[in-house]
Amino acid sequence: MLDVTKLSAAYGQVTAIRDIDLAISEGGILAIIGANGAGKSTLLKTIAGQLPTKSGSIVFDGDDVSGLPAYERARRGIIMVPEGRRLFASLTVHENLQTALSAKRKGAWTLDAVYDLFPLVAERKDRRAGNLSGGEQQATAIARALVANPRLLLLDEVSLGLAPSIIGELYASLPIILEQGTAILLVEQDVSRALNVSDEVHCLLQGATSLAGKNIALSEISAAYFGTERDS
Amino acid sequence: MNLLDPLIQGILLGGLYALFAAGLSLMFGVMRIVNLAYGDFAVLAAYGTLIVVNAALISPLAALLIVAPAMAVLGYILQRTILQRTLGLSPLPSLLVTFGLSIIIQNLLLMFGSADQKRLSLGGVDTASITLPFDIRVGVFPLFIFLLAIVILSILSWVTAKTQYGRLVRAVSDDPATVDLQGVNPKQIYALATAIAFGLVAIAGLAAGVQTSFNPTSGSMLLIFAFEAVIIGGLGSLWGTLGGAMILGVAQTVGAAFAPAQQILAGHLVFLLFLAFLPNGLTRRKVRA
Repeated sequence: MLDVTKLSAAYGQVTAIRDIDLAISEGGILAIIGANGAGKSTLLKTIAGQLPTKSGSIVFDGDDVSGLPAYERARRGIIMVPEGRRLFASLTVHENLQTALSAKRKGAWTLDAVYDLFPLVAERKDRRAGNLSGGEQQATAIARALVANPRLLLLDEVSLGLAPSIIGELYASLPIILEQGTAILLVEQDVSRALNVSDEVHCLLQGATSLAGKNIALSEISAAYFGTERDS
Repeated sequence: MNLLDPLIQGILLGGLYALFAAGLSLMFGVMRIVNLAYGDFAVLAAYGTLIVVNAALISPLAALLIVAPAMAVLGYILQRTILQRTLGLSPLPSLLVTFGLSIIIQNLLLMFGSADQKRLSLGGVDTASITLPFDIRVGVFPLFIFLLAIVILSILSWVTAKTQYGRLVRAVSDDPATVDLQGVNPKQIYALATAIAFGLVAIAGLAAGVQTSFNPTSGSMLLIFAFEAVIIGGLGSLWGTLGGAMILGVAQTVGAAFAPAQQILAGHLVFLLFLAFLPNGLTRRKVRA
């Protein structure tokens, strides 16, 4: 469904990611791991269209979307939960969810279905998003993305700064999302948590792929993660 | 001295200022654009109405049915082609560009019109009045404009609070980049907001043209009144803007009751008092970073 080939992107003159290849199929999940500044968020932003593609291609459902603006990609079903949640602070939780209806995508995730999946969000429905705790905000951000019925859900650092119990709840929702045929591209710093939900990992180091594949041993991953020599 | 009369006249005058300020407040609230050409667009709309009235021999109110949509379309195109390019972290480009537009409009009007005062007339309604108790006479047209301002502000605040477009307007003023991620083109939201603001400025231009008079350079004064109303009322609050407009109107008419020549000055002084002691305005909402 998503085929990224030799993708590079830059902030001004500074290349942030280079020659990334990755693919993900319908209902599949892929975890992108790597240290701070490895280019994980940049990769997601480039796929979502918040950063322009410098070279390479992003083929989604057979079309190269790398030249399309972010809102056009969202309408085709590439929906990102951005780093730092980015809720609309002056809107209520319910209104935040309603904004995603503008992607005009029909599917299983109606407002009611999303509230059923996240009871925590349903309870806070009429609160202003700016007054929520971090965990509530993150759940709301994922809920908002789901209302747009994504074909591909991009999750950026879902667990960052949250209590372990909330992280567990959020991660428990991922299999249910996958069941609806939505593919997930997950950025995560916590390698063991990433491996819990995804067999396949893609490790970035200083903007380039250092390791990619399925069922890789943790020792090999940590070498690729930190860029240390592999013992063999 | 009877202060009740200037008080009531001032409140009605506030209706006119609120009509002006609503569009300015909308553009600032959504895009953080300070449109320095706003008053000149009102004057442009008044001249446009005058042209339609003379050409088609219809009442200014009927002409508004042509001029207001035309202004809205102009606003939409202007936003998509010029103003959109000035949006960014710095407010300077939009200030410079709208200041430039202001000069261009004033000079075009001088070229194609003339420098003398013009008026729009609704016939007998212009001077008709009703008498209230205590022998206070209220002009029918100012009363109509005041009620119109309340109706328009009610519609605007209903749209912002309850409709999907209104939610997106508030969302885009919180965080445009994230609206993009929801499948909405922020530029489209901006252009529609500008179209609404320009439709409003056409109505306000007509109202000012009937109630007072206008010439190619009277836009600047209208802009200042609208600004003062927005600041006194508190940025980003429509009903605050109405309150601010009424305070400004009352300050001017009460000031005029004491010193007829110092009407405008009295308004400015009250505005300065607000800046000094209540800089967030009546509604006291903190300006979001």
